[in-house]
Amino acid sequence: MKVLVPVKRVVDYNVKVRVKSDQSGVDIANVKMSMNPFDEIGVEEATRLKEKGAATEVIAVSCGVAQCQETLRTAMAIGADRGILVQTDVELQPLAVAKLLKVIAEKEQPGLIILGKQAIDDDANQTGQMLAAMLGWSQATFASKVELGEGVARVTREVDGGLETIELKLPAIVTTDLRLNEPRYVTLPNIMKAKKKQLDTFSPEDLGVDVNPRLKTLKVSEPPSRSAGVKVPDVAALVDKLKNEAKVV
Amino acid sequence: MSVLVIAEHDNAQLKGATLNVVAAASKIGGEVHVLVAGANAAAVAEQASKIAGVSKVLLADSPAFADGLAENVAEQVLALAGGYSHILFAATASGKNVSPRVAARLDVAQISEITAVDSPDTFQRPIYAGNAIATVQSTDAVKVITVRTTGFDAAALGGSAGVETISAAPAAGLSTFIGREVAKSDRPELAGARVVVSGGRGMGSAENFKILDPLADKLGAALGASRAAVDAGYAPNDWQVGQTGKIVAPQLYVAVGISGAIQHLAGMKDSKVIVAVNKDTEAPIFGVADYGLVADLFTAVPEIVTAL
Repeated sequence: MKVLVPVKRVVDYNVKVRVKSDQSGVDIANVKMSMNPFDEIGVEEATRLKEKGAATEVIAVSCGVAQCQETLRTAMAIGADRGILVQTDVELQPLAVAKLLKVIAEKEQPGLIILGKQAIDDDANQTGQMLAAMLGWSQATFASKVELGEGVARVTREVDGGLETIELKLPAIVTTDLRLNEPRYVTLPNIMKAKKKQLDTFSPEDLGVDVNPRLKTLKVSEPPSRSAGVKVPDVAALVDKLKNEAKVV
Repeated sequence: MSVLVIAEHDNAQLKGATLNVVAAASKIGGEVHVLVAGANAAAVAEQASKIAGVSKVLLADSPAFADGLAENVAEQVLALAGGYSHILFAATASGKNVSPRVAARLDVAQISEITAVDSPDTFQRPIYAGNAIATVQSTDAVKVITVRTTGFDAAALGGSAGVETISAAPAAGLSTFIGREVAKSDRPELAGARVVVSGGRGMGSAENFKILDPLADKLGAALGASRAAVDAGYAPNDWQVGQTGKIVAPQLYVAVGISGAIQHLAGMKDSKVIVAVNKDTEAPIFGVADYGLVADLFTAVPEIVTAL
């Protein structure tokens, strides 16, 4: 069984982004870019499935600018066998990415596609579910545990109030939550090996997909800022403030 | 123009999040209908009919909806989608699970986690963990939206909409519900609590986390945790407050032993009053706290309980 793992290149999670003064977006020139952390968990999970013998091949896919190659090389250093880049300079929204991934999935026929539950840039939390719907597949979002059986996957999900377990008919879509696994550190020998792995590049036109954005961003602004309050000297002063100033207790 | 709100419920009780979504729907304008897709969920439909601003409740009752499986609920929403200009879900675990399936099948973009309605086609939504607010305009005929509940005050009760039973969409047959482990608690639900007491890595252990119990009891608070505390196994995952966990905006948020990473602040900085207890005077949490107490939490927390 092949496993497909889509990976997104995003601003590194340690970077605090700044809104551009003309409100056209956030300034991502010269900031560190990394693989979306949830996608990294997806690559790790797929790699573990291969190491256990449950998967035969792990294929990483990325959609976006030419530099997404670096993200794919990272995925291959973790353990993906090869990479596919759908290269475009157009701003890709989740609907368009799901359409591109659908075409790739139809070509590659994976038994499982593991995506991050959300990307930490647009915080959309859509692509996996959209892809599942377009393919007519089952889905388990926010996964904290994945077990494969005969033609099925049993997935534990993080939901409001606790955990739930569902069983999916394969092929299926799984989206990762933080507790699914802890991705390994990539080693230098694996980085070197990843450079020699196969990487194929397509354009959205090659795949016959219209990727034009459906949402127009009119402006991007700073959130209302919250100023620091006061430091109180002791517990008594704190409780006094809460009772008499803030009146919340 | 008419808006369909997908009710959030457990087949017995309507969840409070639905009230916030109806409030967002009322800002868009037009008639507001609520869909209750559940199993033996007539009581939920009854509760939904009392929300002010709702003109009709649609009840689709089927065993297929008992556990909220995304594939089945999405089919039900799609069966109705033709009649609406807007379809709104709460941005909760279940809403986020179903909504993109609906959008994809309608071939429209989804607008995630809106916090404000500027016009029927223009909305505000936070991006980059709330470090920027994007104003986006949809060019699609149908707007499929998830609503961040903290962005809208709950709609009032007092309505008297009619309940119409509709035929249920057939089960998709793609997935099966196996089981659920839900922590039983007498405390309020984290997402809608008036007061939240959260612990961070500074708590040191799951055992130590228990010192927050008396404080939460005294304040009638829900318990929360930072990602660091959840990752370390000090607190269950559904307590996580932050960019990728729950977004809360209580009247009072008490952060104990939490340093204040960007992704945590994203989940709580819209709280009305924030209290931080931390022994590190440089902790970023003090940058957003209304009241900061630099102290060892193990002595301060019991003292606060006594003083309240």
